[in-house]
Amino acid sequence: MLEIRNLHAVVEGEELEILKGVNLTVNKGEIHAIMGPNGSGKSTLSKVVSGHPEYEVTEGTILFEGEDITEMDADERAHLGLFLAFQYPVEVPGITNKTLLREAYNTIARANEREELDPLEFEDYLVSKLEIIEMKDEFLNRSINTGFSGGEKKKNEIFQMAVLNPRLSFLDETDSGLDIDALKVVSDGVNKIASPENAIVMITHYQRLLNYIKPDFVHVMMNGKIVKSGDISLAEELEANGYDQMQKELA
Amino acid sequence: MSEETKALESMIGEEYKYGFTTDVEYEDFPKGISEDIIRELSSRKEEPEWMLEFRLKSYRAWLEMDEPEWFNATYTKPDFENLLYYSAPKKRPSLDSLDDVDPNIRETYEKLGIPLEEQKMLAGVAVDAVFDSVSVFTSFKEKLAEAGVIFCSISEAIKEYPDLVKKYMGSVIPARDNFYAALNSAVFSDGSFCYIPKNTACPMELSTYFRINNMESGQFERTLIIAEEGASVSYLEGCTAPMYDENQLHAAVVELIALDHADIKYSTIQNWYSGDENGKGGIYNFVTKRGICKGNHSKISWTQLETGSAVTLKYPSVILQGDHSIGEFYSVAVTTKKQQADTGTKMIHLGKNTRSTIISKGISAGESNNSYRGEVKIGKKATGSKNYSVCDSMLIGQSCGAHTFPYISSENASSSVEHEATTSRVGEEQIFYLMQRGISEQDAISMIINGFVKDVLKELPLEFAVEANKLLDIKLEGSVG
Repeated sequence: MLEIRNLHAVVEGEELEILKGVNLTVNKGEIHAIMGPNGSGKSTLSKVVSGHPEYEVTEGTILFEGEDITEMDADERAHLGLFLAFQYPVEVPGITNKTLLREAYNTIARANEREELDPLEFEDYLVSKLEIIEMKDEFLNRSINTGFSGGEKKKNEIFQMAVLNPRLSFLDETDSGLDIDALKVVSDGVNKIASPENAIVMITHYQRLLNYIKPDFVHVMMNGKIVKSGDISLAEELEANGYDQMQKELA
Repeated sequence: MSEETKALESMIGEEYKYGFTTDVEYEDFPKGISEDIIRELSSRKEEPEWMLEFRLKSYRAWLEMDEPEWFNATYTKPDFENLLYYSAPKKRPSLDSLDDVDPNIRETYEKLGIPLEEQKMLAGVAVDAVFDSVSVFTSFKEKLAEAGVIFCSISEAIKEYPDLVKKYMGSVIPARDNFYAALNSAVFSDGSFCYIPKNTACPMELSTYFRINNMESGQFERTLIIAEEGASVSYLEGCTAPMYDENQLHAAVVELIALDHADIKYSTIQNWYSGDENGKGGIYNFVTKRGICKGNHSKISWTQLETGSAVTLKYPSVILQGDHSIGEFYSVAVTTKKQQADTGTKMIHLGKNTRSTIISKGISAGESNNSYRGEVKIGKKATGSKNYSVCDSMLIGQSCGAHTFPYISSENASSSVEHEATTSRVGEEQIFYLMQRGISEQDAISMIINGFVKDVLKELPLEFAVEANKLLDIKLEGSVG
């Protein structure tokens, strides 16, 4: 589904490389976790893959379903089924969640020559997804992330993911800033969305999230590269010994 | 050059290329301003003696006044001796069909969703028999007359309803009020007069009437609206379509009077030519607008969408004289390229338990400068009064400016004034967020802007709110990224 080959990237206009040759393959039905210390490039990876204009790819390719998306605009990538749950969801005052999602859903449907939903059908569809994150209807009529608590913002990301039903989702530190109850709701939501037809890449600093969402693969990222890959035991090892220890071993 | 600019340029600057005739006929009248000119103007308009006196007094006041310079804008001052203060009603250039109209202009109309027949009127195409504007117009007039509403040109009102005009003209904005009001009082060309009798709700939005009639406003427009006890009216001035106009200086005066329990809603959409990329050739919009809530429980509400003109200085205000009266100001001011706008309101609370609300949204793009200037004054006797102000600014790009100048004073302890102000930038992050959800860049920008101005646009009459949204999109097209 996703194949990242030797990906190098810089902040647009700057020289310092943040990604220094990332390789990663994600197949349908898989859940991956990318772990790493602050500044290792893991959040940057998710932004580069989803087409953030702040970054420039200097070398390497990103293939999605066999198609080279390295130079595509962010909206085109979204049309192909790529989703990013933001670490810091952005506030857009005056536009409701419902309006955003209807616009997004129908735009993606149009791009894929699927049928659009009219406002009434869409309303039913939205309401059916609310239970995934245990939110009430009024959530739909609030302005996008405006005045939301940290937990509500993160839940909203997962709700949007449920509604847009992407093929591949990057969850960028979705667990950060969540209390234990909210973490449980968010993780349950992700587990409900995960299916053999889609794939998920979680980016996290802590092993905590992996107690709730079980990954098939764990990757450790350091200094702009994936330095080690394995199964859940790799996360457990990290939790026990810390990133420093691993860095020393690798050196 | 953006599409919108092209459309405007071709419409304003090079219209003859596309078949507009430039031979607009004027009566022979000398340029410049003097007592003789004003006498001549008044006599050509066949005005009564008292009107001439009003003009001359205003002119003398104007001579003693200095051109103001306190606002946050710089421009070349108009040459008052080189202006033409009287012109006969202009003839609209006539084309045979819409096919003769410049495609750029048509595209702008299409984008705005302006009905075909109205497109013809705006572009100066002869209207065919299918759309009999005269009969529509007449039926409106009959409907208004039935209700006892007087709605006519101010010139007509001076002759037909001298008592009302004498009583109210200059009562809210005296000639001495400011430099441009004095000039207007001396030389006003024409404008509208509207009188709603006691306990009458005006049977239609006066906007509808304008849409069909598309009145020529002239350079020094004068408007007077009077709502008697228990009367109500909604009035819309302007148009979303870019308007052809060769006058550079516009100095209008609008006075509103609301008696007990009366309700006046005045909405404006202004999209005059704002000049070329360097701000050259755009219109100066120096207008004085003020309403007085004279009666108890009366209400005056100003809503404006200002997108045009090179320089805008405009502060629609409300004097809250009656007890329990309400004043409102909802404004969206958009500046792009080199436009400059210094706009806001004044809410002067004199009566007890008066309320005022100010919602101002400024959007600046390009190299433009957008200032909000608002005064809230609560007098000694205005006990139990409240003001709530929000002024938000949004910046697009790095070269524009947004400024807020609030002036607040309260002379009694039982009143409250609340002021909130925010400045935000349409950021890459916001656009990326929406694009990541599959929305195109242009739609993302449009959503962000529309969300920002929603609280104001919802105050506009519905049909205009839709057009206003589109106008914003066109205006800001290509401003980001």
